[in-house]
Amino acid sequence: MVEVLITVIKIVAIVFVFAMGVASLMTLLGDRKQSAKIQNRVGPNQAKFFGFSLGGIPHFIADGIKMILKENTMPNGANKWLHTLAPALIFFPALVGWAVIPFMDHYCTGSVRTLADYTEVCIDGEWKNYFSIMHSDAGLLFAFAIAAVSVYGAAIAGWASNNKFSLLGGLRSSAQMISYEVSMGLSLAGVLMIYGTLNLNEMVRAQGYLFGGWLPMWGIVVQPLAFFLFFLAGLAETKRAPFDLPEDESVIVAGYITEYSSMKFAIMQLSEYVATVFIAALIAILFLGGWQVPFLYADGIRFLGNHWQPFAENPDLWYYFTIMLRIGAMVLKVLFLVWLQFMMRWTLPRFRYDQVMTLGWKILLPLSIANLFITALILTIL
Amino acid sequence: MAHDINDTYEPIDQDLHTEPMILQMGPSHPATHGTVRFTLTLDGEKVLKCETEVGYLHRGFEKECEASTWTQVFPYTDRLNYVSPLLNNFGYALAVEKLLGIQVPERCDWIRTIMGEISRLSDHWTSVGAGALELGAMTAFLYAIEARELVWDLTEQVTGARMTVSYGRIGGLKDDLTPDFAANWKHVRERLLEVHATTHKLLTRNRIFVDRMQGTGVLTREMGISYGYTGPVLRSTGVDYDVRKDHPYFKYGEIDFEVPVGSTGDNYDRYLVRMDEIVQSVRIIDQCLERIQPGPVNSDDPRVMLPDKQKVYNTIEGMISHFKIVFEGIQVPPGEIYSYTEAGNGELGFYIVSNGTGKPWKIHVRSPSLIMMGGVHKLFEGSMLADIIPTFDTINMIGGECDK
Amino acid sequence: MAKKLINFVQNKFADEVLDSHSRLGNDTVIIKRERLAEIVEALRDEATTKMDFLRTITAVDYMQRLPRFEVVYVLYSMTHKHMLTLRVVLEESDLRLASLHKLYGTAGWQEREVWDMYGVRFDGHPDLRRVLLYEEFEGHPLRKDYAKQASQPRVELLARERDSVEEFNVYVKDRPATGSRNG
Repeated sequence: MVEVLITVIKIVAIVFVFAMGVASLMTLLGDRKQSAKIQNRVGPNQAKFFGFSLGGIPHFIADGIKMILKENTMPNGANKWLHTLAPALIFFPALVGWAVIPFMDHYCTGSVRTLADYTEVCIDGEWKNYFSIMHSDAGLLFAFAIAAVSVYGAAIAGWASNNKFSLLGGLRSSAQMISYEVSMGLSLAGVLMIYGTLNLNEMVRAQGYLFGGWLPMWGIVVQPLAFFLFFLAGLAETKRAPFDLPEDESVIVAGYITEYSSMKFAIMQLSEYVATVFIAALIAILFLGGWQVPFLYADGIRFLGNHWQPFAENPDLWYYFTIMLRIGAMVLKVLFLVWLQFMMRWTLPRFRYDQVMTLGWKILLPLSIANLFITALILTIL
Repeated sequence: MAHDINDTYEPIDQDLHTEPMILQMGPSHPATHGTVRFTLTLDGEKVLKCETEVGYLHRGFEKECEASTWTQVFPYTDRLNYVSPLLNNFGYALAVEKLLGIQVPERCDWIRTIMGEISRLSDHWTSVGAGALELGAMTAFLYAIEARELVWDLTEQVTGARMTVSYGRIGGLKDDLTPDFAANWKHVRERLLEVHATTHKLLTRNRIFVDRMQGTGVLTREMGISYGYTGPVLRSTGVDYDVRKDHPYFKYGEIDFEVPVGSTGDNYDRYLVRMDEIVQSVRIIDQCLERIQPGPVNSDDPRVMLPDKQKVYNTIEGMISHFKIVFEGIQVPPGEIYSYTEAGNGELGFYIVSNGTGKPWKIHVRSPSLIMMGGVHKLFEGSMLADIIPTFDTINMIGGECDK
Repeated sequence: MAKKLINFVQNKFADEVLDSHSRLGNDTVIIKRERLAEIVEALRDEATTKMDFLRTITAVDYMQRLPRFEVVYVLYSMTHKHMLTLRVVLEESDLRLASLHKLYGTAGWQEREVWDMYGVRFDGHPDLRRVLLYEEFEGHPLRKDYAKQASQPRVELLARERDSVEEFNVYVKDRPATGSRNG
């Protein structure tokens, strides 16, 4: 019973508060205020909450209310069932993928000690899974499988709208997403080989290893090429600029979103942002050390072989302090990557369809395979 | 022109029954600003055939002019190329002044040059900005719009309006420049060149931008001349034709400026030609402001100019003269003329026929945009759907000019 | 240089020329309609004239004069930078001219505009339809006998969407050039 309650709290906290919260906030801050800052203008500041403009945040609530109150149109001749199903198919994977993202290591009910090779063991207690919704030994695989389902949503939305522009958008999006999934998976094979596990939490734990006592073995240090490949492929997968040609506003009006209005439209827009946050979280976990704060461990700070233990008389206090810092680190990394993706959106023009395909198949794919070979070579030598 | 498209399309795989798709990139589409309609026959993303349809903004400019006096035509000319209205005003004024055979004072020519170049700045910034926006670089668009706002502020100070200015008059101008124009221009000029440098940094060497613009929408020299292209579009193909240099009018013969000429005729060259012309326009305005001298702005020919208000209210001759000029219009001697100037998009020509009365008998506008739309299907056919966007933007068709 | 072009036309096609002048700096030749295409082709191909740029085609309706219509061609040379205006005189009963679309690509749309506004037919034009006005428009508005405030009948705008290539080909090929009430 307690387990169920804990799971429900985790789901609410991670999915609704964090994922949806950041995503919605990003629609406001990223899309409007950040873009306004870059473009030398002010951005929306008129919606006021009891007289305070609060940096434009009430606009988001106003938007939500507006979206709900709009008329729900169904284009003439569209397939009603599929037209309504498509937003769900896009929204569902974006949310379910969060099941495997760890915000913090497992909670140790006893006390934690760090061994010489920087792994943490739990003494007099057991590990409890309080900070990720699902503890899965195939976490990465699960995340990818779920992300692949969102291809259906875009394709069906394009087809079911009875509109040639939507069809073009749906075709473009399915082709693009399928092409870049391959590079995404392959670029991660190198990471997989180095850390030896698909469990996302184990992967982050392994990134606590300090090479030579001072260099944390984050994914970006051991696999810099894979970082860039995965970043680009992730951008293409979530259809963010510069790969946003399925929603290419100037050519195909709004792509597969053209014939949607009111809440269905809001859901599709929101799920795009949630997917952005999801990819940011994946990159943070795989390459930027996830919840790891460099040199910070559950039983003190270690650097160059030295070991400091603040709060030595109260290890529990230090442990809770570590937990706060680590969750904060994860959140910060995710926010940073989301901010980076928005900056790219507002600066870069978008690609053309054949250039996207060329990039995916002729450049990223060979590079990921090359990365794989080189990693395997280095691992056998070392 | 309407050839059978089944000749160009050959089925690749005989077992697969595929057929091309017809897509209406219709008048209400984010990319066809100025409202044009393209009926595209697509094979996947490749455009096989394109059928252009214009006229959604046709307001009967030429017929209206035949029912108005010569001076009443000026507001109509504003609405031709509405992003650079002063160039249209002055082009028309020049044509009528040639028919009349009058000379405007020197200061008027200087001011016409200055204000014309300011309008040209507005036109080029709009084209560059809209091109960037439709490729997805929204930030560059807003920078260009900021630059355009500065230019429009200047225009508003001098003429009283931002877009539909009606500033030119036959035989002169509505008003002189404001006394602080030179000082304001200094501020605007600094900020303008800053924005220009920033836009260059954002776009010109940006790999994605270059990939989208280079090699797309290629116009060859022969096709350009045959299909009547002029202006930055023709100059990007390598033809060095600029009315300001080849047949100078106003003060263009006396000042020092260069005409940028491209080489490949693709979208990237057109973009670069427009960016360079912005710098050259700033240069022209600087030189004019150095050399302009105080003096009268309007010609003093009584056939053309309204007399002084003092005379109008106090002498009978003044009142009659005012009455006749306003009600009957300026009496232009019979004849016809084709007069041409360099507008933002190319050569803007006015073929005017006068029958000796105060109303024009016929005014025909040789609008560069309409002529360019006649050949634009050649640029689209054979390229991809996404290439239509940068091509159409760098051609810079303005709806008011195209549809008259 | 001012009379060079006029002399060229007068020397080569002496019996087509009705009049010529150089008023206001515009060299103008008024010609008959029969050999227009030849004259323009000669002007375009001859090395001394090389009029490779067709600036504009327009028509003028001189209401109270016979012959009533004139079609004006303004030609220009990119290499020699000189200009010639050709005015072709047309009778109202016989408003036909040879099309120049093979010589200049731009003539395609410019001739369509003259058809649209004045009702002058161009023989040999592949696609003579209205360009600025809609297909169901009745009349030719820039003629002097078309009242500015004349109203058009309300029509069901024809269904223009064609979803298959065959229908579209049929639509474009067999489209009769609609327009003038007089035929």
